Amino acid sequence: MNVLRFSKLVFGSATVFFLIAPLIAILPLAFTDSVFLNYPIPGYSTRWFEELFTAGVWQRSIINSLIIGCGTTVLATVLGTVGALGLRDRQLSLALATIKTIFLLPMVVPAVVLGVGMQLMFARYGLTNTYLGVIIAHTVVAVPFVVVNVLAVLQGIDRRLEQAAASLGAAPVTVLKQVTLPLALPGIVSGAVFAFATSLDEVVLTLFVAGPNQRTLARQMFSTIRENISPAIAAAAFVFIVGTVLIAVVLNFSRGTKQANG
Amino acid sequence: MNAPRLSKQVISLVLVAPLLLFLVVFFAFPLVTMMKSAVSDPVAARALPATARAVAGWDRVSPPTEAMKTAFVADIRQINDDQLFGDLVRRLNSAKSGFRTLMTKTRAAASNAAGTIDLIALDKRWADPSYWQAVSVAASSSITDRNLLAAVDLQRDASGAITALAADASANKTIMLRTFVMALTVTVACVLIGLPFAMIAASLDGWKRQLLLGAVLLPLWTSLLVRTAAWFILLQDTGLINSALMQLGLTSGPVPLIFNRTGVIIAMTHVLLPFMVLPIFSVLIGIPKNLMPAAASLGAHPVRAFWAVLLPLSLRGVVSGSLLVFMSALGYYITPALIGGAKDQMISSVIAYYATGAANWGMAGALGLVLLSATLILYAVYLRLSSEREARA
Repeated sequence: MNVLRFSKLVFGSATVFFLIAPLIAILPLAFTDSVFLNYPIPGYSTRWFEELFTAGVWQRSIINSLIIGCGTTVLATVLGTVGALGLRDRQLSLALATIKTIFLLPMVVPAVVLGVGMQLMFARYGLTNTYLGVIIAHTVVAVPFVVVNVLAVLQGIDRRLEQAAASLGAAPVTVLKQVTLPLALPGIVSGAVFAFATSLDEVVLTLFVAGPNQRTLARQMFSTIRENISPAIAAAAFVFIVGTVLIAVVLNFSRGTKQANG
Repeated sequence: MNAPRLSKQVISLVLVAPLLLFLVVFFAFPLVTMMKSAVSDPVAARALPATARAVAGWDRVSPPTEAMKTAFVADIRQINDDQLFGDLVRRLNSAKSGFRTLMTKTRAAASNAAGTIDLIALDKRWADPSYWQAVSVAASSSITDRNLLAAVDLQRDASGAITALAADASANKTIMLRTFVMALTVTVACVLIGLPFAMIAASLDGWKRQLLLGAVLLPLWTSLLVRTAAWFILLQDTGLINSALMQLGLTSGPVPLIFNRTGVIIAMTHVLLPFMVLPIFSVLIGIPKNLMPAAASLGAHPVRAFWAVLLPLSLRGVVSGSLLVFMSALGYYITPALIGGAKDQMISSVIAYYATGAANWGMAGALGLVLLSATLILYAVYLRLSSEREARA
């Protein structure tokens, strides 16, 4: 039995190491003062963060990512939340069940396939090389995350709360505003966060739909790795990883308050 | 269906309408456009409208009629756009080689002299009905199966029968096979690591389980690009893995880990492992905790209890996880593009090349259709399996 416990410990630790170590290993490289991404780090500086936040292309790409990320978050959260409200019944009719499957399909379709189609179609309607086009493309792949998150929370809401409000004379819109949406808020927030994160990380659709003026941070990282790798990549990765951990903490917190309330 | 139920249904449909409309316009319509580009072939029909009408009555075997020749020369004179002419020549040449020189010669003659031109005197190939067959097929139809056939390394020969392309003419089958093998390798690697890991996580509780699950979730939430960048840095010849190996004296020079298959498989396994662990874990925690002690109390050796009880029960999670991993791996683009070499590019890279590099939308669409169909079939199987599980629960 001890052999089993020992091998479990070894295998478990090795896999945790495999999963986490690559993410930790690149963090210190963000602070190198060399132009190479190698260990041992010769000296520490913040020059690559300065490069990231002040160099023209990087700065522009960060601003673009924020514009497109916010646009995507708003559009995906509104569309996804309203859509999820229509799908909240546990027993869906065949039509609604089909619609639910369609809503989740953008998560499945290979990005390159969707990218080719979008480039062809967007070019026809003048949407390529525009912010609106990129926001729409990102919303398509971000919206399933909003639907899933909002739906999960909605299905946990006790319907009797809404019925009670209605029986006390609240109009349907009032019930929605005063009861349903506040109860669904944690799901809406996590959906919005997922939508923003999806947009931030999206490369393939951006490659097909965006022009040089809509170059996002992820797109800029992609071409930097491809063409001339520099430690600015590690600095950008540092920002991403720290951002992810912060988002995870925020999400955990919003879930925690939900549990405390419920 | 009674009235309140019906009105509830109507409200639901009104609520889902905006998103449904959005996805029809910006998700379904692009996919349809891509599929149409795979089968549409409007160039010849657009460039040769009069010829299309003239060949309508032709039996496609007898010598070309005067009306056809006159219409063809008239059409050629109408083409002012060099781009359109180039596309037309390419289209005709792909059906029958020889059109490149023939068309250039014919266009020069047609633009230099007004009035009727004796095409057969100009070039005796115009007396050959097989050239007119190609013109006729191209002009009278704006739909083609050429790209779809080429996507699987097939073509139509002069008689219209489907034959294999010459081995050096296309490499799509090789790329599909490579995509399949790479996706399968990643899936197997994920099972080999993910199944024991999920079992260990499910057997623990408290902070140890949280740690193991956190280790799966953190990479899942981290940007794909960041994870790929991390592997790019680690796998370099001067990267951390190679310097560690050399420090330990396991190797004297750097082991090639980047721009080859090994690197792509390692990075893709890392990226997709969470999709294997989570479904298996969710199946395992649904298994009653007392099953293994029950098997033991009935005299089963722990190994036998594992093989006969735990493994079969976790198989459902393994199948779901494998489908998810395999399906995602099939469409991978970024990781092979950054970590792989030229011989590790998967079908997505080829599609991207045809679309952005070669501007060959027909081939991009046809290969995209192949990838899309494979993915959707796998997804349908996955949905079927998970809905069965929900029905059981």
